[in-house]
Amino acid sequence: MAEPLIEARGVEKFYGQPGGNRVQVIAPLNLSVYPGEILALLGPSGSGKSTLLRILTGLARASAGEVLWHGQPVSGPVKNVSIVFQSFALFPWLTVLENVEAPLKAVGLDPAQRAKRATQMLDTVGLDGFESAYPKELSGGMKQRVGFARALVVEPEILFMDEPFSALDVLTAENLRNELLDLWEDQKMPTRTIFIVTHNIDEAVLLADRVVVLGKNPARIRTDFHVDLPRPRDHKSPRFTELVDYIYTVLTQPDAHPEVPAATPAKPRYPMLPHARPGGIAGLLEILADHNGREDVHKLADLLSFDVDDLLPIVEAAAMLGFAKVVEGDAEMTPEGRAFLDADILRKKELFRQAALERVPLLKQILTSLEAKGDRTLPDEFFEDLLDEHFSEDETKLQLETAVNWGRYAELFDHDARGERFFIPEETAAGSPV
Amino acid sequence: MRIQGLARSIAGERTWPWLLDATVFLVVMAVACAVLMVGHVWLGPVTSHAEISRSPSALPLYALYSVVRMAVAYVLSMVFAITYGYIAAYNRRVQAIMLAVLDILQSIPVLSFLPGVMLAMVALFPTRQLGVEIGSVILIFTGQVWNMAFSFYASLKAIPRELREASTVYRFGWLQRFLQLELPYATIGLVWNSMVSVAGGWFFLMACEMFVLGKRDFRLPGLGSYLQSAASAGDTRAILWGLSAMIAVIILLDQLVWRPAIAWAEKFKFEQVESTAAPESWVLNLLRKSPLLSRLQEKTMTPLDEYLCARSARAEAREGDARAGSVGKVVAVVIVAAACATAAGLGVVAAFHQLQGISGAAVLSTVQSAGATFLRVLVALAIASIWTIPAGVAIGFSPRLARIAQPLAQIAASVPATALFPVVLLALIRIGGGLNAGSILLMLLGTQWYILFNVIAGATAIPSEFHEVAEIFRFSRLDRWRTVILPGIFPYLITGLVTASGGAWNASIVAEYFHFQGKVLSTFGLGAEISSATDSGNFAVLLLSTIVMATLVVSVNRLLWRPLYRLAETRYKLES
Repeated sequence: MAEPLIEARGVEKFYGQPGGNRVQVIAPLNLSVYPGEILALLGPSGSGKSTLLRILTGLARASAGEVLWHGQPVSGPVKNVSIVFQSFALFPWLTVLENVEAPLKAVGLDPAQRAKRATQMLDTVGLDGFESAYPKELSGGMKQRVGFARALVVEPEILFMDEPFSALDVLTAENLRNELLDLWEDQKMPTRTIFIVTHNIDEAVLLADRVVVLGKNPARIRTDFHVDLPRPRDHKSPRFTELVDYIYTVLTQPDAHPEVPAATPAKPRYPMLPHARPGGIAGLLEILADHNGREDVHKLADLLSFDVDDLLPIVEAAAMLGFAKVVEGDAEMTPEGRAFLDADILRKKELFRQAALERVPLLKQILTSLEAKGDRTLPDEFFEDLLDEHFSEDETKLQLETAVNWGRYAELFDHDARGERFFIPEETAAGSPV
Repeated sequence: MRIQGLARSIAGERTWPWLLDATVFLVVMAVACAVLMVGHVWLGPVTSHAEISRSPSALPLYALYSVVRMAVAYVLSMVFAITYGYIAAYNRRVQAIMLAVLDILQSIPVLSFLPGVMLAMVALFPTRQLGVEIGSVILIFTGQVWNMAFSFYASLKAIPRELREASTVYRFGWLQRFLQLELPYATIGLVWNSMVSVAGGWFFLMACEMFVLGKRDFRLPGLGSYLQSAASAGDTRAILWGLSAMIAVIILLDQLVWRPAIAWAEKFKFEQVESTAAPESWVLNLLRKSPLLSRLQEKTMTPLDEYLCARSARAEAREGDARAGSVGKVVAVVIVAAACATAAGLGVVAAFHQLQGISGAAVLSTVQSAGATFLRVLVALAIASIWTIPAGVAIGFSPRLARIAQPLAQIAASVPATALFPVVLLALIRIGGGLNAGSILLMLLGTQWYILFNVIAGATAIPSEFHEVAEIFRFSRLDRWRTVILPGIFPYLITGLVTASGGAWNASIVAEYFHFQGKVLSTFGLGAEISSATDSGNFAVLLLSTIVMATLVVSVNRLLWRPLYRLAETRYKLES
């Protein structure tokens, strides 16, 4: 893994009390923040999340332990970080533009440059036209946009956020969260690392690549795990709910130590069919045979003057059917692949059929559904409905198209494009191997 | 016809800023002339025993002299308040000492500073009028500066944590932090306290412009000395002329300076939502329209600010690399601390030397006089509370009444009680009352407004839900006062009483001792003690009575007002 940007080593916070007692706010803890991740720090209110954020930024001092910034010990406010505050912390006597310009003025940038960069950043957060307004004229959501613009205009290495959405109403917060994610995904944000403090479990699972949960009295790390959900994330997906439930359990039961739930249904029910034709798969196997059954994928692409992106689906398709496997960037033919290559055309179809029914759930599903029908035919819509909860609308069409290609080659079923129906032809139906 | 009218209105629009610029230009020229005139007098030779004319035609020039004195004193106060408040807020080591010093200085009446300041200044400039003038300015300064320093200090301490953190995270240099965070945050407090301070300046103007110090008789031409001379001579016509001139100047300043300042300060209000009823000022609206002024700002202030901020940013960047210069800083701090300690030590020794010459009887009499003044202060506060609490609550509860009563009360409050005093005394003498009651009346005139305005503010701040609860549960009038009104206004009442009590103590020096109709009217009290000691140049008694007064005021603050304050803040604070 990459070098951490910020590293807390044995950082703790306590307050001395008369009589020698001390109140421990943060127990000694280690925490590293890596470049490129969104880290959410969750914890019950009063658990010392914000204090930890301030120690990491150098705004506050740890009572013991040290904070390293690029491996160097920190002894004052860290350069090149930004904070988005819960209360926005805008200067009410400065206009929106002046607020965003203020950090640039602090580094001595000249007025023209300042105005240009600040205006651009205001455009990015969707506030063009509000440059000369005062913060008190703006709604809460717009104020926080100014807060984001001010934080991003300095192009910080880490963007710290201290409960940035909790002073906003539910809808505004949701909206702003999504826009933040869009900026992040589209790489329009001049920062590649975000550290967000929140007490909202949903928010953490929605935004973060990594979630760290703090316990209370004193603060200590209860769990630290990666969120393995692809983006955009769906609040209602089972995995999302599972992770939220897990964090909820950790937060509400201070003495329990539940395991991070394994990503059980890691494979969706219908693994995506690579968009390759059976002929292409056979061709790939032939070339592999010419190279002693194994070759680097990139070199293959070069040999064939193919774009790698065009070759990859073919390799994936071969791998899916078990005719090849991908080892360390090389495509390697399997014994099944060799058998398929060596067979004559009828045998080839049979081997393909066997592999498809065994390893491609979608083909099997289509066949089973068709066989269950008396007239052995079903409309496209039926299968589209089946797939559209897994794939986008366009992808669903492509998936079915590929399935038709493969199904025809294996002589499992056929498709009537004009009638938009799948069906099992009479002669194969009789000799169906199932 | 219509087109013509339209064209005329457009022409008006166009020429308007031009006229405005011309006016601004004329005002600037007038101020420059005034400065030259004043400078001529100040730098001229000493006019010993100047006769103060009682002719109304002298009034415009006298008013000018007084306003310039107050303006210079005010600028000095502002600079001092900001420096002192800044150091006190950021130096944890000296913070406690600096606040205690401020507390004590605040409790020392203007006249107690008089001999020291005057003798020092006259010694510095023996041949020029400047010495006496500076002395007078410093006296006015001592009456204005302390609450401003407190206000700036308190504002710095009250800056919200996240704003301060934002300025740190975004690496503001000290200048940028000062200009974009600290000064703006403190502006509203400074503006309001400036108004209070300048009002205090008017209150003591008579004492600061004309006084006897031992054998020397100081008279500086001005509004205060005009009123004082008129009172001494018992010239009723001159008293009324002087009084009207003073009121005119005060109203003029209110319109031309304070209203615009308040309206301008509105932008520094730390609020999340724009308030609906923002104060407005026609002068400020006009000034904002002046192209000359905005050009001037664009050409001078903006580049200056840019230049300074860029310099401070560069300096900060350098300092960030190597935190040098700390040794020099330590040395400087040690030198300043040593100088302060030496001065304080010398002062204590000198004071001790002075006090040795005082007899036990004199000490006893001073303590007794302090008791007398203490009683007067209490009576004044009680009388003020008795009428202002019901009146303030009534005004605060009724917006209709407030619209009529508040401006009237503000005008009444802005007239310095000392200026009214000759009139009051004339009336008292006609009725046959003595200065014993008269001094209470003067204290009352000077301090009741603090209580009234605070009670109005408190009554306005009581949430309407409380009234509704009282209505629903059919509270009796007594219950309503006991459970809603008194607890609701309590924190405000305490603030008003603290200010009023301080004001009353300070007022005692002019209230208990008065030159009137060629005689000295005085009554038994600590204020009279201080005033007569100044008059006769009896420094030992002056020092003793000043120490007694400062001790009394500070103790009352610590033992009575501070616990009440804390109670108000914890138990009776209305939090949303």
